[in-house]
Amino acid sequence: MIINGVSIDETFAEAFPMKATRAIITAQNEKWAMISAQAMTGFATSVIACGCEAGIERVLEPSETPDGRPGVAILIFAMGGKGLAKQLETRAGQCVLTSPTSALFAGIDEGKQIPLGKNLRYFGDGFQISKKINGKRYWRVPVMDGEFLTEATTGQVEAVGGGNFLVLAESQPQALAACEAAIEEMRKIPNVIMPFPGGVVRSGSKVGSKYPALGASTNDAFCPTLKGVTKTDLSPEIESVMEIVIDGLTKEDIDKAMRVGIQAVCDLGAAEGIKRISAGNYGGKLGPFHFHLQEIMA
Amino acid sequence: MSALTLTLKTRPAQRVDMSPLVCQKLQGLTPAEIGSIELQTGNRTVRADELFKIKGDDVNNIVIAGSFNKLDYIGKELDGGSITVEGDAGAYTAQQMKSGTLVIQGNAGLYAGCEMKDGLLQIEGNAGDFLGAALPGNKQGMKGGTILIKGSVGERAGDHMRRGLILIEGNAGDYCGSRMVAGTIAVMGKTGRYLGYAMRRGTLLLWNQPQLSATFNDCGSHTLAFLPILFSSFKNLDSRFADSNIGFNRVQRYGGDMAETGKGEVLVKL
Repeated sequence: MIINGVSIDETFAEAFPMKATRAIITAQNEKWAMISAQAMTGFATSVIACGCEAGIERVLEPSETPDGRPGVAILIFAMGGKGLAKQLETRAGQCVLTSPTSALFAGIDEGKQIPLGKNLRYFGDGFQISKKINGKRYWRVPVMDGEFLTEATTGQVEAVGGGNFLVLAESQPQALAACEAAIEEMRKIPNVIMPFPGGVVRSGSKVGSKYPALGASTNDAFCPTLKGVTKTDLSPEIESVMEIVIDGLTKEDIDKAMRVGIQAVCDLGAAEGIKRISAGNYGGKLGPFHFHLQEIMA
Repeated sequence: MSALTLTLKTRPAQRVDMSPLVCQKLQGLTPAEIGSIELQTGNRTVRADELFKIKGDDVNNIVIAGSFNKLDYIGKELDGGSITVEGDAGAYTAQQMKSGTLVIQGNAGLYAGCEMKDGLLQIEGNAGDFLGAALPGNKQGMKGGTILIKGSVGERAGDHMRRGLILIEGNAGDYCGSRMVAGTIAVMGKTGRYLGYAMRRGTLLLWNQPQLSATFNDCGSHTLAFLPILFSSFKNLDSRFADSNIGFNRVQRYGGDMAETGKGEVLVKL
């Protein structure tokens, strides 16, 4: 398959099941909601070492938030429910509770309820106040700037992590420009995040390593500087490869995000140095969800 | 199916215990069987069809027509369905109500919504003393649900209230929110003396400055984020509380009762 001179590999990306939730952070203005959201989703690029994968889903208008203030929706993914609950609570406590004027709400009502502010209330040292409104429990925790308002719990749902595609280009600036274009379009899709810095990862990995202690290592088949010394997957003109990783609440959400992302890359086309789209395929070893590139782009 | 309508034939001299006539107890009964239900009035029992003309068959939608202030225990332990009272209701209306809707088109007597657990009790007129309170000797009053009063209420509204919401469009008498354990009482009109007397926790939300006891301390003026959420939860009510212009988030906060734990609050609109 070739789109605008870009070859789409006959391969598939592998993804795995995760647990996820959405939280809504509001503040006096969008600036402070975003600051809090960025802090909460910081150092959350990969479950390999961060404990979770998290990102900003989108900015919310005041009319879309529970308290009528500007807000930001974030998604947070982890390999298991316990890990998700721990990360959510730790991050909420250190990054939202602490952030001026912030309030924190559940972004998903269904599913198993996991603590959001349920335990953060103890920060109130007995002065915290519970309010049950329309069946939802909120906690009002007195803090130095006024009150921190938080919903007690949020819903945990089954999700999919690790959807991806690789952009193979003739130069590093061209690969990055294509990924930036893809991310801009993919951020318009609901229920997904691209957890790596700016949504783009340059250090794609393969399963396993020559060092027994490591479970993953650099994807040498796609490293352009190793073209001559390893079993490469790159043709001579490829000088740079970048990857976009997608976590989504459902497989369909990732399908959608991959489609618009790959389309944005292909719109730049071969004229802008984009030669191929491939995917992180680990021979079916990594996960049960398979995203066939050609089917997605058909 | 049409609403099961119980029209009072004549007003009995003695008070009537209406507690058998709730939706969940009438499931599967024919009108004749409903008519044979015995009701306690004074020191004797009477058949329901002696007191009421019975029409209709939808037991989940009961209308009590021609009601007056001696029909007690209407909607006691109501668990789903709706009861509409055309006229006044006696004492203990919606006592320990579990779910559903009870609308009183007139006034309600003492202890309306006492120890209520969930559901909606709407009173178009006034309510007597001990609205949403605990029965004498009990330690916990209303534990959940919503009571909406379009008129005014008597004394001791929300006495020992544990959870839930009491919305009063009119005035509240003395000792409003006394001995409250938690929950929210909102009063658009005026409040009487000894507001929040011995309250432990809970919120009294007021539109007018009250006469506060010395055991309530001023905590200053604040913008509270939970108030818009609370007000937006009223939007489906048939009430002035549903008016989007009625809400506010700027309040003067008083903490008390300091003679108790001091974890309660009186919030007054600024």
